[in-house]
Amino acid sequence: MKKRKITIAKAMAEAICQEMRRDPSVLVMGEDIAKLGGVFGNTRGLLEEFGAERVRDTPISETAFIGAAVGMAASGMRPVVELMFVDFFGVCMDAIYNLAAKQSYFSGGQVTCPMVLMTSVGGGYGDAGQHSQTLFATFGHMPGLKVVIPSNAYDAKGMMIAAIRDPNPVVFMFHKALQGMGWLGTVQRSVTDAPEEAYVVPLSKANIVREGSDITVVGLGATVHMALDAAEELQRDGISVEVIDLRSVAPLDRDTLVASAAKTGCVLCVDDDYVSYGIGAEILASVTEAVRLQKKPRRISYPDIPVPFAPSMEHAVLPNKEKIVAAVKSMVREQP
Amino acid sequence: MEPNASRRLWMYGTMVLSREFELAIKAAYLEGKQPVFNMARGPIPGEMHLSNGQEPCAVGVCAHLKYSDTVTATHRPHHVAIAKGVHLEAMAAEIFGRKTGLSGGRGGHMHLFDARVNFCCSGIIAQGMGPAVGAAMAAKLRGRRDVAVSFIGEGAANQGAFHESLNLAALWKAPVVFVIEDNAWGISVAKAAATAIERNSDRAAAYGIPGSYVAGNDPDAVYAVAGDAIERARSGEGPSLIEIDTVRLEGHFMGDGEGYRPTQEKSGLTARDPIPLYRQRLETGGVAGRALDDLEIAARSAVEQAICFARKSPEPVAEEAMQRVFA
Repeated sequence: MKKRKITIAKAMAEAICQEMRRDPSVLVMGEDIAKLGGVFGNTRGLLEEFGAERVRDTPISETAFIGAAVGMAASGMRPVVELMFVDFFGVCMDAIYNLAAKQSYFSGGQVTCPMVLMTSVGGGYGDAGQHSQTLFATFGHMPGLKVVIPSNAYDAKGMMIAAIRDPNPVVFMFHKALQGMGWLGTVQRSVTDAPEEAYVVPLSKANIVREGSDITVVGLGATVHMALDAAEELQRDGISVEVIDLRSVAPLDRDTLVASAAKTGCVLCVDDDYVSYGIGAEILASVTEAVRLQKKPRRISYPDIPVPFAPSMEHAVLPNKEKIVAAVKSMVREQP
Repeated sequence: MEPNASRRLWMYGTMVLSREFELAIKAAYLEGKQPVFNMARGPIPGEMHLSNGQEPCAVGVCAHLKYSDTVTATHRPHHVAIAKGVHLEAMAAEIFGRKTGLSGGRGGHMHLFDARVNFCCSGIIAQGMGPAVGAAMAAKLRGRRDVAVSFIGEGAANQGAFHESLNLAALWKAPVVFVIEDNAWGISVAKAAATAIERNSDRAAAYGIPGSYVAGNDPDAVYAVAGDAIERARSGEGPSLIEIDTVRLEGHFMGDGEGYRPTQEKSGLTARDPIPLYRQRLETGGVAGRALDDLEIAARSAVEQAICFARKSPEPVAEEAMQRVFA
């Protein structure tokens, strides 16, 4: 059978659609998710099939509708809600980290919170510091939330289905550089084959997307692709790079990270979130607590500055393939 | 809508139960905290927000509710929890931080959940309102006649969540009733110093929904107004907002010196206690004092049993702290 290629946007919409057909308690809420099909295309076609009762455009009231999602989840529904940009979390954080994240704990397990909060992350397209952050670590820091980000359409579909079926609140992040919206530009490798039928990709497992022996490069979302591009180039220089797609920020798949670090003895983390107290810090701490590395580990992250508007500044501070290639070369050549 | 005789007795008995419960909690809370007040000491650590005086709000509203209806309450939750039918022993044990508590000691007095009767509360002002809209919509979407009630204080009406939730509920005709317990104080700040208008119930007009103000901290008056609002919600006509004039007989929290409260107001509090006033009304209306005495005895007995259960229950072991983070 001929393989089809779909975008992450299409994969997400298809996953939600199939779960809505399967389970009448699934519904979708958010700004511009009905008629428009989502600013990022991830709810396209749902209104037409399921109608306005189950596919609800909301007012610009994140506090109310994300809070409502928590109440719905407590009452047996499975809401999928969209926070259009992760940067908007400041207006509705209580519902996320005090209500959703603590519902299971504070109820002693009596009440679950099966909701998905999908939200776009990432910059690189000149939208500046209130629409370009990733905030992986901000959400990963809070107990009670699962936080995931797919790097390709196959994972996006399977992880969305897993997220909807999960009894816990799942923050499902999607990177704008991978989303497959014409107006944003898309890394082509994120557009992949994905089975038509429903399937699940576990939410707690990192994925070794390229095997190698000299160094482990860990990425998530967009930086997975930068790492893969760098690995191809480095291969020509005889450097064998193992690339791990983190997929899940919380829970963190420390087993996969530690096993790879033990094999290569050398770890580089690449992410587009702020460096301090960030993804790289947590991964390197976790790995070095478990394994004596042969080389000094390193991070490539976003510096601790707001995302600037001018492309000449923004692109200079984002991670990219060239920075990874340079870092890997200097790391593997370092004398142990 | 007037309460009949049995509803009146239920309201009286439930107010007394709540009061007896809080008196017992208050006594236990103060153990180990005297002569020097240290919040971390004694069998009940942490903040303690008593609801003495506000019982009419809880009973007048909850008299109309079933277990399948949802209630979200506040940091001052005991009276509402009791009126909603939350398991008294498990609630007492939770407040004492015991293994047998509603959440095994993970939540304490500000985070009470009883899924059996669809009750929960949160320590963050106004943030139960969104979840109440959600619970109401869940009932509506599934074709059930259940409603949700969100209790808040008058200070919460100045939160963004209040306005967002009223708008959303009105827009979606959610079967929800928002109940403001106006005890006139947001910790130390008087309502008049925090709220631009006299009555928050007037704010209902901004969302095209009914708003009612109930004066006098009167259970019967609350019962009447809440009954109409809940019936309206149940029959699919949408949300309402109610503000109830009530009184906080205690400080904001146990240990609050209340230096901000006018002496005149403080000295007049006993006369405003709604429970003796309601008893007097019932007796004047022909209810035998003996019947009311019996309710008081039953309440004291239930509370004694609940506190005893809590004290005898084991403390959770440290490993249990690591459980239930995820379902």
